[in-house]
Amino acid sequence: MNYQVNEKGYYGEFGGAWIPEMMFANIDELQKRYLEIIENDDFKTEFNSLLKDYVGRPSPLYYASRLSERYGSQIYLKREDLNHTGSHKLNNTVGQILLAQKLGKTRIIAETGAGQHGLATATVCALKGLQCVVYMGALDVKRQESNVKKMKMLGAEVVPVYSGNQTLKDATNEAMRDWISNPGDTHYIIGSVVGPHPYPDMVARFQSVISAEMKTQLLEKTGSELPARVMACVGGGSNAAGAFYHFLDHPEVELIGVEAAGKGIETKETAATLAVGTPGVLHASKTYLMQNRDGQITEPYSISAGLDYPGIGPLHAHLFKTGRARYLAATDEEVLQAVLLLTRLEGIIPALESAHALAALEKITLRPDEATVVCLSGRGDKDMQTYLDYFGY
Amino acid sequence: MNIENRINQLFRKKDRNIFSVYFTAGYPRLHDTAAIIELLEQNGVDLVEIGIPFSDPTADGPVIQRSNDAALKNGMSLELLFEQLAKVREKVRIPLALMGYFNPVYQFGVERFCRRCRETGIDGVILPDLPLEEYQEHFQPFFAENNLHNILLITPQTPDDRIRKIDAASSGFLYMVSSSSTTGTGKKVEDFHREYFERVHDLQLKNPRLIGFGISDRATFENACRYANGAIIGSAFVKSLDSSDPLEQVIARFAAEITGRR
Ligand SMILES: Cc1ncc(COP(=O)(O)O)c(C=O)c1O
Repeated sequence: MNYQVNEKGYYGEFGGAWIPEMMFANIDELQKRYLEIIENDDFKTEFNSLLKDYVGRPSPLYYASRLSERYGSQIYLKREDLNHTGSHKLNNTVGQILLAQKLGKTRIIAETGAGQHGLATATVCALKGLQCVVYMGALDVKRQESNVKKMKMLGAEVVPVYSGNQTLKDATNEAMRDWISNPGDTHYIIGSVVGPHPYPDMVARFQSVISAEMKTQLLEKTGSELPARVMACVGGGSNAAGAFYHFLDHPEVELIGVEAAGKGIETKETAATLAVGTPGVLHASKTYLMQNRDGQITEPYSISAGLDYPGIGPLHAHLFKTGRARYLAATDEEVLQAVLLLTRLEGIIPALESAHALAALEKITLRPDEATVVCLSGRGDKDMQTYLDYFGY
Repeated sequence: MNIENRINQLFRKKDRNIFSVYFTAGYPRLHDTAAIIELLEQNGVDLVEIGIPFSDPTADGPVIQRSNDAALKNGMSLELLFEQLAKVREKVRIPLALMGYFNPVYQFGVERFCRRCRETGIDGVILPDLPLEEYQEHFQPFFAENNLHNILLITPQTPDDRIRKIDAASSGFLYMVSSSSTTGTGKKVEDFHREYFERVHDLQLKNPRLIGFGISDRATFENACRYANGAIIGSAFVKSLDSSDPLEQVIARFAAEITGRR
């Protein structure tokens, strides 16, 4: 089985570039040039040096001993929360800002849900002195206020989006409209493995550093490069794509993605696309979507702004369809319990998104002699208000 | 299926100042569809584009976004739209095209959609997010079998060789997007890409061209007509429907404003 994108931008039957003609010139240029640019030695040197000295990589692989004890198994946390700006998102934005410069672009746009991708984009724009506009659903502007303030301090313009549910999907629509209107000077830094080809592959490659490091670190710590399983939360699916990437062709490694069940996959208030969705086309990609019979996208719900999206990257659609990866879903309630558990057992306050992966530890069988790596995609600073309200401190 | 497609008939009879109007089905009220089409024809419109509303219209500006949302809230769907259009050909003779995003059509079934179009008397389809390559690889026969034109877009960024490729793959007419923008964002007449219009003109394409996006009044309409066979007005018409006056009045006033006829 092949898990890489083909020359037309498809993973099996999913993906492609279902763009309106207005985006053709930009997407065509990216498709033709992205590999040549990012595989270039000078590019790699600069990218790797920024990952090391600016992002702070490699991120530690931490053996969570008390969590392991609790589950009677061996649990490792891939500490993407320790990256500069507090999540895995910076891996991708560092790559894309270098690419944008090679393309001669001077203005950067991005969509954001939790604000982590917006923050990571605003950060690299400050680093490189490029203009930055971040689209963010008006609801998310409210629930992730601290990230909005950081983006503004970094010099980005944050544009609240009032359409739809005022969340990530709507922010993405608006960013696409901006790009249609500003095709010349602007590069759109998409924040996950979604959107038209080549974004899913490009973002997965930038995030693949996560699993590349895991292998080396596992070898050192366990004597084997391969764990029994890798678990990650899935919104669009970029931290999961990065965490799975170098294990895709090792079928003995179980891959588990965890979606946001919201109030439960049997309710309407969910964002678990693979659990309730069907194939369709949104944001220029053919993938699983939450939609009604008429093909209208239904509004997702999750307590976590970063997973509150009615689609999923086409790589994950393919891994799901072929059975290479398994996808579970965790409810808001289960996630908040997982937040508290990690906080009290390990002294780490995780992001709401990342806690979905932790919550799924409750749902699977873990053996004493197995190593499980959980991708801890981000830290909980941005979610403190939610935590304080819920736990009542 | 021996009848000539009405879009071809139109361009055979008239090659200048073609007045085309877009509206969103289900807006302002759910059951206005047939009445709007009839009134547009009565007021001299040559070609009507009936918008299939979608939850996420990424190529549209605020006015059409709002009409899409409202139409969906009103209960519009593709199934219902075809029901509403079932009798439209008893009265209306001008060509009709359906315009929308790919996903609702995909869920309906592309082949079934094309068949229903023919049964209803639809002459063309405009799906901006169905790219040329996907169309050719998967769907072209369904359109051909049903005597249906798939209308493709070109933009100021489309390179000449691709314009030629799109022209070769097109029938009916080419939808020429006026400037780099979403619908209705009203870049001014002076900002129009004269260079682009002239470049496309000089390519000697086989298909006629209509210019759309940002055509909002008589001045922009006439300007567009200088460079193409006609123009398409969307947002400005949809906005005019916000009026509380009866549809008859609103549409007559709108058409008179654009064409200068009374
Ligand atoms: C910490 C964190 N993890 C995960 C995600 C979800 O994105 P993805 O599925 O692309 O990793 C987000 C998105 O905002 C995030 O902030």
